[in-house]
Amino acid sequence: MKNWKYFMMTSIVGSALILGACGNSNSESSKGSSTTSQTDAQAGENEKLEGKISGDGSSTVAPIMEAIVEEYSAVQPKVQVSVGVSGTGGGFEKFINGETDFSDASRPIKEEEAAKLKEKNIDYTELKIAFDGLSIVVNKENTWLKDATADEIKKIWLEDGKEKKWSDINPKWPNEKIVYYSPGTESGTYDYFVNDILEGKDIVKSATLSEDDNVLVKGVESDKNAIGYFGFAYYVANKDKLQVVKVDGVEPTHDTIESGEYTPLSRPLFVYVKNEAVKNNSVMYNFTEYMVKNAGPMAEAVGYVKAPEDVYKEDLAKVEKLKK
Amino acid sequence: MNYIHHDTVVKRMSKRLLKNKIYKMLFLSATLLALLVLAVLGYRMIIQGTGYLNWDFFNNFSSRFPQNAGIKAALVGSIWLLAIVAPVSLILGVGAAVYLEEYAKKNRITTFIQMNISNLAGVPSIVFGLLGLTIFVRMLGMGKSVLAAGLTMSLLILPVIIVAAQEAIRAVPNELREASYGIGATKWQTILKVVLPSAIPGILTGGILALSRAIGETAPLVVIGIPVIIHFLPESIFSEFTALPMQIFDWAKRPQEEFQYVAAAGILVLMAVLVFMNSIAVIIRNKFSKRY
Repeated sequence: MKNWKYFMMTSIVGSALILGACGNSNSESSKGSSTTSQTDAQAGENEKLEGKISGDGSSTVAPIMEAIVEEYSAVQPKVQVSVGVSGTGGGFEKFINGETDFSDASRPIKEEEAAKLKEKNIDYTELKIAFDGLSIVVNKENTWLKDATADEIKKIWLEDGKEKKWSDINPKWPNEKIVYYSPGTESGTYDYFVNDILEGKDIVKSATLSEDDNVLVKGVESDKNAIGYFGFAYYVANKDKLQVVKVDGVEPTHDTIESGEYTPLSRPLFVYVKNEAVKNNSVMYNFTEYMVKNAGPMAEAVGYVKAPEDVYKEDLAKVEKLKK
Repeated sequence: MNYIHHDTVVKRMSKRLLKNKIYKMLFLSATLLALLVLAVLGYRMIIQGTGYLNWDFFNNFSSRFPQNAGIKAALVGSIWLLAIVAPVSLILGVGAAVYLEEYAKKNRITTFIQMNISNLAGVPSIVFGLLGLTIFVRMLGMGKSVLAAGLTMSLLILPVIIVAAQEAIRAVPNELREASYGIGATKWQTILKVVLPSAIPGILTGGILALSRAIGETAPLVVIGIPVIIHFLPESIFSEFTALPMQIFDWAKRPQEEFQYVAAAGILVLMAVLVFMNSIAVIIRNKFSKRY
């Protein structure tokens, strides 16, 4: 009996303290709406900085960001970088809300997103950090679709109100239903595919949409009549389970993506940074600079393709300009 | 006169015994099926995950190399989360239960409140996530902090705790209360010294089970936008953090196959935490529950 009384007392007192603390800090944190915390120290090359940066965005870009954050935390252990993976659209939503300092994207910013940012007076800069080749994949047992023209791909994926069979696209192909796997609507990969390949028209309704690319890999792997698409890194990691489709005779490889030969499915990957954060927060400036300088090798390390040297030089110039 | 038709009984006996046997097998297989699923899941996780379970796994942050990836940030983050959820949800939950059981008059309003609490227990967790995002993260400006996520999770499990605590309080026999009043105790004294001490095993059992749900929930955290790429530990309740289910979810989505095994190792850690918490609940129930 007595023990329980003590337990109750301690838990009541303890929680009162914690709740009290909550009360205080609410008012404190609501004062500063920005997520960045400032440090006075100027960013020197080897200086140890302290501060916080937060970002969010594309799951396609996430592996590159993780590699950069991992390396950066070794260089600047006191800088707290946190990156969420809410998808390109979800990331921009937070960016517009002023909750993040940078946003990862696997497609360029949309007009309506740019308009909203303008409304909120948030200036941003677009940085290209790597290249990705959207890979169209089919099942290993698929013998008919080795090479497709961009038009055929469009024809396969467009919604036309009917159930589609392979033979509808090309009479030589089997008379069997096509099974579709596509990334989910939150992802920039989906947006890019619909906007740039399907020219903004509807994707087939029967497609299985998933935010988890491994679901797509498993889906295509297990159905002879399946077709799907996703980022190059997922194809590379599952090369032995899937078959990639050449587009207009070009297979997505490291070289064809880098040279731009693999069109129209090569796409740049972006990071959008908040100008104000880069300008006023030396930690953010330092991190951005580090990111641009290391994005190439980091992208390669996780299965993507680095952008040409000029792109990074251009990015760096943009960042330096912001600082001034 | 013969009341029992012996022959008829004998004739039907074998049929009835057979029926009995069939139902027994049916229910046994239902039990075994549930266990089988658990066993297969556990087996797969252990086969895939144990290779990555070592000291480094607990001492490293996540990494782009599967062999270096660790669960430190997520494990510590989940503990921080629990440090918010446990006091907030238990105090509010038990408080509400005490009010509803001991103070509130049984009228329509109370019934209405009661009904709503039961309904809340069935609301999908993603809805609570949206609520937390709007109120805690944005309106109150808490950001994606331990505090915001903790309060959201507290709301999520509050109905479960209230219902469990109510049951426990209701199970305390009225004679105890009457005896307390009889020796001149006030209502508050009675609640504090008689009702709660006898109800606390039940309250804690329900509470701990609810807390383990909070540990395993992912959807509200995804909605709030808890970061997953994070290479520091929370310093206060206003720090950003990541939690076990978020980290596992992130690993499971990676392209490289090895990360599936890292995710399996993460699941093993999460399961160990859950089993640990549930066994505390079982111990409390067995040790302290009184029978009247």
